[in-house]
Amino acid sequence: MLTVATGNKAVAAAVKEAKPAVVAAYPITPQTEIVEQIAEYVTAGEMDARYIPVESEHSAMTACIGASITGVRTFTATSSHGLLYMHEMLHWAAGARLPIVMANVNRALGPGWNVWAEHTDAFSQRDTGWLQFFVSTVQEAYDTTLMAFRIAEDTGILLPVMVNLDGFVLSHIMQSLETVEIGDYIPPMVLPHKIDTENPTGYGTLTGPNDHFKFRWEIERAMRHSPSVIRDAEEEFAKRFGRKYGPTDEYLCDDADILIVSMGTLGKEAEVAVDILRKEGVKAGSMRIRWFRPFPELDIRDRDLVVLDRGYSFGFGGVLTDSIKSRYRDASIFSVVAGLGGQEVTYDDIAEFVRNRRMNEEYWFGVDA
Amino acid sequence: MFEIRIHSRGGQGGVTAARLLAMAAFLDKKHATAAPFYGAERRGAPVTSFVRIDEEPIKIYSQIRSPNLIVVLDASIMDTVDVLLGILENGTVLINSPHPIDLPGVNVLTIDLTGIALSVDLIVSGSPILNTPVLGALAKMGVISRESAEAAIRDMFADERNVKAAEAAYKELIL
Repeated sequence: MLTVATGNKAVAAAVKEAKPAVVAAYPITPQTEIVEQIAEYVTAGEMDARYIPVESEHSAMTACIGASITGVRTFTATSSHGLLYMHEMLHWAAGARLPIVMANVNRALGPGWNVWAEHTDAFSQRDTGWLQFFVSTVQEAYDTTLMAFRIAEDTGILLPVMVNLDGFVLSHIMQSLETVEIGDYIPPMVLPHKIDTENPTGYGTLTGPNDHFKFRWEIERAMRHSPSVIRDAEEEFAKRFGRKYGPTDEYLCDDADILIVSMGTLGKEAEVAVDILRKEGVKAGSMRIRWFRPFPELDIRDRDLVVLDRGYSFGFGGVLTDSIKSRYRDASIFSVVAGLGGQEVTYDDIAEFVRNRRMNEEYWFGVDA
Repeated sequence: MFEIRIHSRGGQGGVTAARLLAMAAFLDKKHATAAPFYGAERRGAPVTSFVRIDEEPIKIYSQIRSPNLIVVLDASIMDTVDVLLGILENGTVLINSPHPIDLPGVNVLTIDLTGIALSVDLIVSGSPILNTPVLGALAKMGVISRESAEAAIRDMFADERNVKAAEAAYKELIL
């Protein structure tokens, strides 16, 4: 059905279609609308799920863990400080190999108090063992949330998945949305290690170095296997519902000399900048990174990169820049730190970054001379 | 692309007006986005909302800097906010006011939306509702079709007084 919706409402609609058995959540701006809408679905009888309003985000993730280990589909949503409050339990969810799906509406961290878009919240959970996707439209938020359940629950993966959408910029914008009937795109969840009262087993018991090490290696093996599962989920989604996704969203990259590399909504704004630059004779392209973990292979071939970073590792550099540099040591990068705390970054600004690029340097937009 | 900036105060329904407008444009088979700029969310504080309407898909997320049309739901905002900032040459300003207002260099249209809301008893928590009547005025201006304006209102609100108010605004606005 074709309709219009905000990013938050689109995520809620996708969750309704995915039919989780349990949703546990605690409200936080700018995510609140997602769990409010889900609570309304449950109250109206449109969703047959147990909605557990908890007293904190730490408890929200704990409730999801408890539910998931019984072998049922679970979902939660959060933002910013809420995500960080879950941190301990994010490691637990991945370590226990539980396919929980979470929407994280990206928001800056205080102080100073700030409710607007920034990727620091998600970046700070980079090493927890969660798969992370970043989306750029209302439609993509809907589609990726649906795909997230299929990917997380794949028996070759069994890891939690985080779907990231920019706070307010995407969570509160209204765009067109085509909803789907999911059918058997997401197969019934089968958790091989679910709690079985007929066969009592210990969970979370003391584990020696050898076994612990083995468990960690198993997580990395699943991560290394995940690209093929994600690609399969994306291809099957395209086949059934007609919308194509991949590890990156590329716009005029094929013949480009300069690539603007970004994540989230800045990637769409960058496409407008590319159109402007092309008219000036600059062969620019936009490469928006959709998969953050697992981090995808990028086709950057000796081209200059202008990387837009909406999150920063103090004392080191932009987090996206860092990920690209770690994999492609010889990459020529102009690292632009932009959009922190909801800073307005327009297509004109992005075109200007490209025009004034200083390769192998870093630039803080709006504060750097 | 047609770009509209709506100025209102928190609680007056400027954000909802933007969403209704995008919905109506969508029903007109156009591409549309509606985005509020959220500052401090409190009643009475100035709020800005943005609507873009185009034949092509819209990729821009940044705020509207050069609007074709500016809508002012509360004229008193003009004392503290420069509502004309960035307006295109020959741009239009639609102001909720019972009296004509003269602003140099732009086309000004005024309509008494508050009076219309009161006349059909469209009042919530003691305040007249302005977001549905304004859609009637925007339909008269040709930004959206009259049918889509009414359909968008009915999609969001069950109370028919909203449609009545929009119809009254459609009739009252003098172009």
